[in-house]
Amino acid sequence: MRQLSFSLAINEALHQMMSSDESVFLIGQGVKSPWYVGNTARGLFEKFGPERVIDTPVSENAITGAAVGAALVGMRPIVVHPRMDFMMYAMDPIVNEAANWHYMFGGRSSVPVVIWGIINRGGEQAAQHSQALHSLFAHIPGLKVVMPSTPYDAKGLMISAIRDDNPVIYIDDRWLYKIEGDVPEQIYSVPIGKGIVRKRGKDVTLVSASYMVVESMKASELLRKEGIDVEVIDLRSIKPIDELLIFESVKKTGRLVIADAGWKTYGMAAEIAAIVAENIFDELKSPIQRVTLPDVPAPASSALEMVYYPNATHIVQAIKKLLSGKEAPWRIKSVS
Amino acid sequence: MQYSKKFLVNLYQTMVRIRLCEESLVEPILKEEVRCPVHLYCGEEAIATGVCAALSETDYIFGTHRSHGHYLAKGGSLKGLISEIYGKETGCSRGRGGSMHIIEPEKGVMGAAPIVAGTISLALGTALASKIRKEKRVSVSFFGDGATGEGVLYESLNFAALKKLPVLFVCENNFYSTHMPIRECRPNNDIFKIGKSYDILSLKVDGNDVLEVYEAAQKAVEACRNDDGPVFIECVTYRLRGHVGPDDNIHGTHTDIRPEEEIKEWRKKDPVINFEHFLLNNNILEKGDIDEIRKQIEKEIKDAHLFAKNSPYPEKSELKKYIFA
Repeated sequence: MRQLSFSLAINEALHQMMSSDESVFLIGQGVKSPWYVGNTARGLFEKFGPERVIDTPVSENAITGAAVGAALVGMRPIVVHPRMDFMMYAMDPIVNEAANWHYMFGGRSSVPVVIWGIINRGGEQAAQHSQALHSLFAHIPGLKVVMPSTPYDAKGLMISAIRDDNPVIYIDDRWLYKIEGDVPEQIYSVPIGKGIVRKRGKDVTLVSASYMVVESMKASELLRKEGIDVEVIDLRSIKPIDELLIFESVKKTGRLVIADAGWKTYGMAAEIAAIVAENIFDELKSPIQRVTLPDVPAPASSALEMVYYPNATHIVQAIKKLLSGKEAPWRIKSVS
Repeated sequence: MQYSKKFLVNLYQTMVRIRLCEESLVEPILKEEVRCPVHLYCGEEAIATGVCAALSETDYIFGTHRSHGHYLAKGGSLKGLISEIYGKETGCSRGRGGSMHIIEPEKGVMGAAPIVAGTISLALGTALASKIRKEKRVSVSFFGDGATGEGVLYESLNFAALKKLPVLFVCENNFYSTHMPIRECRPNNDIFKIGKSYDILSLKVDGNDVLEVYEAAQKAVEACRNDDGPVFIECVTYRLRGHVGPDDNIHGTHTDIRPEEEIKEWRKKDPVINFEHFLLNNNILEKGDIDEIRKQIEKEIKDAHLFAKNSPYPEKSELKKYIFA
């Protein structure tokens, strides 16, 4: 199949959806500039003009609100935040307006908007230019949150997000942009809310999303050499979350490790741990492990960055710790 | 400007419908038959009425927590509104919104919601959609003086001016941001000057004079349709009731906000009564006509309350209806 990079897969989704549907438009800071959005917007301005590729002043709140407003009357806008950090200015239109709109008006109005936030970290950019804030959005009823990890899903989920009648937060990580993979040339969709098993295994279930899937696959390869067979689940959507896929896997392996590029406390990994403990606790052979960022803002110095961002090594350590542990105490039957 | 009798009577009917609707809620609130927070529009009727009279059905409006008047003036169903306030399934938001979240998309009431300044950018968006589709629809954002403290107003004005979007920013300046008098919120009281710094048409009108509001809105709508938008209109007004519910927020009472003298002065400028006098003095209507109009509207409102009271509450089993994620 044809190979395409992750960022050009997004670019192709935008080209194809804007060509096939006149209600689709792109708005946000830097959509004309590769400095902001990489090559994801390549050729769009030239092809669709300033009316549908709208570069904006630095006004995240109003511009996101404008995208939500346009969606209320049937447009299908994609509003891009070239760094998720900047999206915090737009919490009102996202959380108070877009997420609640359909419910608070008894289903009489919908908001088919895509809110695209880019995680852009590393490179000593530090605290306000490096945040992975997906869990904030996944907490809110009324928002779908997708986080692709492959070029195939990057395109397919963008298309699904645009076609969805409700607000979708599309989050990608620039560390994925140069990854190449199979991408069909036609328009296709990847279902929102469905995860996928990236590698079958029997010893431990490793759940992750977005860039952490790359680190998870590396970790599973390292562990394979040591005879540990890891099952890797790529969530693709963190809200709605594919619970059944996780449960099926944990029932088989009895062990769960979650790798997340976000913070630990109240985060995505905590939620997955909770739903597994709540629903299939008896299937667990050992405590659940989380591999996440420490609860610390992103540092600048590369010396600190090296210990800040979780990677395959951290995942390997977590899995080994899990496997070396004793049988979980709740599984030891009393003999008296 | 010359007006037809029909037009003037329509304005009057709309204002009376809003006033009587609002006053009809006082008793049910006191009896706790209505439990959601209700922000009455009494005293500000001329603004919604005058602005909406300049719009067509396909134009869009957005409102705030105090939007019964906007909703009714744009053609929203009275039964739908009253039922919503009672929390009934037959309400315009099916009992999920209450008084502060009301909608009638078929009439261009695109949504009223109580985050201060939260819907301003949504009007920017419907205007952007209209511009992209070359539809010439005008979007109106109604907001209060309190919203001038929110940054999104300035972001929206800038972007609307930059792209010449057909947005009409209507600031209802009633001098109070919940409990705070405007002198404690702003260095000056000339809100319309905000618009001037974006090089757009900015007007200040007597928000208690329905014809003055209408004429300004007419001019603004025309500018928007000719790609000469956006336009900013400050309508100076006063709420005859307090911030929320029927309490008048008078000095010396437990809500202790407004001098009684001030309220008395503004009662003399009551927009409904003053327009009634205008119609009588100019022999457009006679006393008997006024009584007949009021009687009809009173009945309409009574029927709406009856309809609401007899309507079912939302099914408990449908708590999660309209949830998709």
